[in-house]
Amino acid sequence: MSKSPEVKLVNVPSPNFVPEKDLGKPLVLEAAHLGIDFGGLVAVDEFNIGIGATEICGLIGPNGAGKTTIFNLLTKVYEPTRGTIMLGGRDTHNMTPSQVNQMGIARTFQNIRLFDKLTVEENVKIGLHNHIGYHTLAGVFRLPNYWKEEKKAHEKALELLDIFGMADLANVTADSLPYGAQRRLEIVRALATGPKLLLLDEPAAGMNPSETEELMNNIRKIRDEFQIAVLLIEHDMNLVMGICESIVVLNFGRIIAKGTPSQIQGNPQVIEAYLGTHRG
Amino acid sequence: MLVHLINGISLGSIYAIIALGYTMVYGIAKMLNFAHGDVIMIGGYVAFFALTSDKLNLPAPVAVLLAIIVCTILGITIERLAYKPLRAATSLAVLITAIGMSYFLQNSALLLWGANPKAFPDMFKNAEAIELFGAKISPVALVAIFANIVIMIILTLFTTRTKMGKAMRAVSEDKGAATLMGINVNFTISLTFAIGSGLAAIAGVLLCSAYPTLMPTTGSLPGIKAFTAAVFGGIGSIPGAMIGGILLGVIEILARAYISSELADAIVFGVLIVVLIFRPTGLLGKQIHEKV
Repeated sequence: MSKSPEVKLVNVPSPNFVPEKDLGKPLVLEAAHLGIDFGGLVAVDEFNIGIGATEICGLIGPNGAGKTTIFNLLTKVYEPTRGTIMLGGRDTHNMTPSQVNQMGIARTFQNIRLFDKLTVEENVKIGLHNHIGYHTLAGVFRLPNYWKEEKKAHEKALELLDIFGMADLANVTADSLPYGAQRRLEIVRALATGPKLLLLDEPAAGMNPSETEELMNNIRKIRDEFQIAVLLIEHDMNLVMGICESIVVLNFGRIIAKGTPSQIQGNPQVIEAYLGTHRG
Repeated sequence: MLVHLINGISLGSIYAIIALGYTMVYGIAKMLNFAHGDVIMIGGYVAFFALTSDKLNLPAPVAVLLAIIVCTILGITIERLAYKPLRAATSLAVLITAIGMSYFLQNSALLLWGANPKAFPDMFKNAEAIELFGAKISPVALVAIFANIVIMIILTLFTTRTKMGKAMRAVSEDKGAATLMGINVNFTISLTFAIGSGLAAIAGVLLCSAYPTLMPTTGSLPGIKAFTAAVFGGIGSIPGAMIGGILLGVIEILARAYISSELADAIVFGVLIVVLIFRPTGLLGKQIHEKV
């Protein structure tokens, strides 16, 4: 596995830290005291995070720790019971998923949720929807602007698909793609919405080691090329330790550790959460 | 025979245009909008008053346009007021609301315009019946067939080639994923209701021109038949609505001509039952394979 060089994490004015390279740039995401209850169950509590402009951050924890719930909070699938989420410095209180998406947060899903009956290119164009600039009526009457914008969208879609070498699959329907390609298409579709922060929910699930290696390179490539931040949930520790600059560990809905990969690997609480306590 | 066939296709074209409203709304909002038939009736009344009132006395194309505009606004309003608050409710609650809305529209029409049938003016009085292979075809029949073809082409191009059309298909597959990709689902649903209701207005005018008695219940039976056509063709499918509508129209007219005019409706619904026994998802409906 190719490892990214370890970066230094520095404190920012809030109780968070970001990679040194992102110091001075505004945080893409800052969540404070975030929490949600389902009925009487406290699913997530006191979740605090700050993500730097080009940071790759990992969110890990045992099954049921609340990782996907956090993604659902950040993308406003759920309205938080407590706390605030600031996206690019703006409070997302009472916003809808489509509004926060337009503000720059996009995601993939643990269980793939592509538009199966649409083609690969159409799936990407759904991501581009808000960047295609013609009026609905211009589409009905096929005015010059329609042709111009659709051509632009077509080129942009192929360009994005090419990152993952999928341009030649543009015209097949999404459900006919092999599993790994469907995962990659989800990332392309999310990327098409033009995010500043990309959330990846178990991107390497079901991938073999060489596919995972390729995925790691692609995540880095996306970050470098688009200059965006990535927050990812993953169980594959090679991937997490290999590309994440910072890691947040969650257990029973609460953060139990935060830090660089080496800090996390040596943290006794994390080891306990994953392996259980040692009974002499 | 030929004249019956063409009249059947013409009636079927009207059913198909109505069925599109059912099928598109079902595809995107996953609900059966039983008030759709009554929007047709409102479209008919709007066109009637636009054509006959002394103050307005509008030319036919303007009257049709006015009916389309009124019905489009009505469709969006119905969705906003009655269905949108129930977006998270059970489908049964939405269905009952739709039936309630249907009665509300019918009774409002009864209150406003009375129960007496109105004679819809002939918009094609200057056009003569056309001779085709010895059969006389009324201009309304030809206009209905032509309108259906044009609508189908535009709608197919719209849903496959434009960004809003693609957004509609995405919402119909997975609302949650679509909204997370930045699609405004509420706007997409409103647009679907707008298109369906605008088409209902066109169907209303065509229906009243072909069968020129207009009353508050005018829309309900054609509405049910068009719903049948949508199910027949495969609900949620646009070409299915067209094929279902035309087949239904042809069966109805042929049954009326050769078997019995009293039994025609029974035969139409009988065919539906038989089709659904052998193809439960309709002619073009998706076959859903249950995974074990």
